Amino acid sequence: MRTFSAEKLESLISSMTLPVYAPVEEGNTVIYAPYEAGKKLRLDKVGTDKTPKEVLFPQWETLMHFRMEGKTIELTEEERAKEDYVLFGVRACDMQAIRVLDKVFLSDPVDTYYAARREHGIIVGLACDQPGKNCFCKNFDIDPAQPDTDLVLWPAGDTYYCEAYTDKGRALMDGWDTEEADENAVAEIKENIAKKYDALPFAHLNLTGFDGEHLMEKFESPQWKKLSMACLGCGTCTFSCPTCQCYDIRDYDTGHGIQRYRCWDSCMYSDFTLMAHGTNRPTQLEKYRQRFMHKLVYFPSRNEGMYSCVGCGRCIEKCPMNLNIVKVIKALGEGEKE
Amino acid sequence: MPVSNANWKPKIVAFCCNWCSYAGADLAGSGRMQYPADVKIIRVPCSCRVNPLFILRAFERGADGVIICGCHPGDCHYTSGNYFARRRMTLLFSMLDYLGIERDRTRVEWVSAAEGAKFAKTMNEFVETIYTLGENRKLRDIRCRK
Amino acid sequence: MMKKIKARALSLLSDGTVKRVLGWETGETAWDWSPALFETEKEMDSFVYGVYAGANLSKYCLKMGKMDGKTLVILKPCDTLSFRQLLHEHRLERDAFYIIGAGCTGMQDENSLLMKCAACKSKNFAVYDEIIDTEEAKQPTGTKNRMEDVEKLEQMTAEERFAFWQGELSRCIRCNACRNVCPACSCIKCVFDNPSSGVQSKAPVTDFEENMFHIIRAYHVAGRCTDCGECSRVCPQHIPLHLLNRKFIKDMNELYGEYQAGRSDDERTPLTSYTMEDAEPGIVHERGRG
Repeated sequence: MRTFSAEKLESLISSMTLPVYAPVEEGNTVIYAPYEAGKKLRLDKVGTDKTPKEVLFPQWETLMHFRMEGKTIELTEEERAKEDYVLFGVRACDMQAIRVLDKVFLSDPVDTYYAARREHGIIVGLACDQPGKNCFCKNFDIDPAQPDTDLVLWPAGDTYYCEAYTDKGRALMDGWDTEEADENAVAEIKENIAKKYDALPFAHLNLTGFDGEHLMEKFESPQWKKLSMACLGCGTCTFSCPTCQCYDIRDYDTGHGIQRYRCWDSCMYSDFTLMAHGTNRPTQLEKYRQRFMHKLVYFPSRNEGMYSCVGCGRCIEKCPMNLNIVKVIKALGEGEKE
Repeated sequence: MPVSNANWKPKIVAFCCNWCSYAGADLAGSGRMQYPADVKIIRVPCSCRVNPLFILRAFERGADGVIICGCHPGDCHYTSGNYFARRRMTLLFSMLDYLGIERDRTRVEWVSAAEGAKFAKTMNEFVETIYTLGENRKLRDIRCRK
Repeated sequence: MMKKIKARALSLLSDGTVKRVLGWETGETAWDWSPALFETEKEMDSFVYGVYAGANLSKYCLKMGKMDGKTLVILKPCDTLSFRQLLHEHRLERDAFYIIGAGCTGMQDENSLLMKCAACKSKNFAVYDEIIDTEEAKQPTGTKNRMEDVEKLEQMTAEERFAFWQGELSRCIRCNACRNVCPACSCIKCVFDNPSSGVQSKAPVTDFEENMFHIIRAYHVAGRCTDCGECSRVCPQHIPLHLLNRKFIKDMNELYGEYQAGRSDDERTPLTSYTMEDAEPGIVHERGRG
């Protein structure tokens, strides 16, 4: 366990030679972007407007270029990430979300674009000493005081404690100007955090029945009609979600070649997975159901009970019509009891 | 990306209505009146056929200026098309200006079938303006650049 | 007011005048109300109306209009403009709805008065079957000049405006909430969702796409936009999209005479009418030089 004074935080970040992505203020939002002098660091913000997912899996990225020369097609692949970087200030829920993405992108067939970024990233976690009012990570066995990252920071008033857990993390921390601290220095902090999170309004949701066993029961629940009524079919929840990982691959005609890129897609959109037969999920009910069934039923049933919701609370804050996963869990959970 | 090359040539798209301005361009041609080859004419049935998307798409694909030519107000082949076009383009240009795009990159000019000379003069002036403004950097899609 | 509205809705539902009620229901916290459809008296238990009923329900009427029987819809004064505009465009049948005009004392979100209410347009109902309101609700809520921010932008130089809009629009994530919530955006298939349009896109890949999407979105509703402010309310990235719509409204008012979409049934919108004496597009250029 090491410690440093909070005053030194910014100079510590600037002293790192690697590029650092950190939560910074952009207009009236907070996003993970390269930290540079003059930008306002916002480590206090719970539920940043854009998620750390974006650093590993950007909203859009070019995959390759095609160029026609006579009858031959020249294909140039976009280079994979090659340089190390630091992803700074990742909270436990967002780190769990990265684990969810790992399941999807790092299992066979491996997504090499994602894998390269993942490999080169050193993730510095941040313990959540102040929960947001919408946080409900506790339901998914996430410890907000102990992010599962290479290195963890614990804020404690005017100092920070830090501890490295992997070789990457240790190597990074060696370069920091820190002092030795008592191994148990953060025990009390952790205890306080646990208490705070336990007292949150959505901390104790009933997740029994959200598994593969009850799949059809949940799928056919009459509740979906009422739950999805107000859904506008916008992509706010999916794009502000740290685990949503659906994407689309498209070609853009640049006039002198083709640029193949991929971009996030949303299961809320009318043209999501639309194919020639035209019978993809026809109404918002099916689209809405898909999103929550995926997060709470399909994903855990295939991944040893790992939910693809991490309780970050962003969809609660962002949905224009105040629909969210907590309402779904409550409605379907109650439906079961009857 | 400053334009260092003196070889830079603007790309200018001119939407011309079939009945007046396109015939005006024809007349300019047959009268051997000179106007720069930077102007690419796209023939449309009426100036009111020009959807704002056409103009934005032209800029996307690398146009440096867009000009819309139609019959003089009152002379529309379809009676009133150019009156509608007039309102639409006024609002669109105002919006582009509001977004900080140079207001001289877009223009509307009424050119009749008999006004070959006016057509040539208009195009010469417009091309001149675009040369002064330089390359369009604010409203283009970087992917379309070579 | 809420008790009165609820009682009236219940009686209309039970006597069969209407088959369903479109209103708001309570949520998990004091403020997170959602639009909801109530079909039975029992469901009406969670019905609410009050300061957190910010959503404009007119857009949902497009869906309700296709259902059997009458729908009771609760509309606030500014929502009735959107509804009447949809009637005007023949997107809704008047007979399919029973409208309770509900008095509005200014809508709020968790933190403050909504932007749209800070510059309240009017407390008059453009269309209704009956009105339930109070004396307090008849008073204007906010008195901010709604064109104030547009004027501020107009005073800036082109470079400043460009920087302002780049900064704002670059945050766009193309979630399409602004479009999907808009009662004037009633196309069955949007050009931006249509693979054959050539402009379909699911991500704001370049600055240009952000610009194009937002210009066209605002342009397509110009003359039909009632300035209900929903686009800015729903934006998860807090982009002041209403400033684009208001610019169009301001220009149209100045150039073609004062107009409010949704105020009448037989008036033509500024973009579907003309006069021989209209200003030439060159006025935009002249204005800047003046």
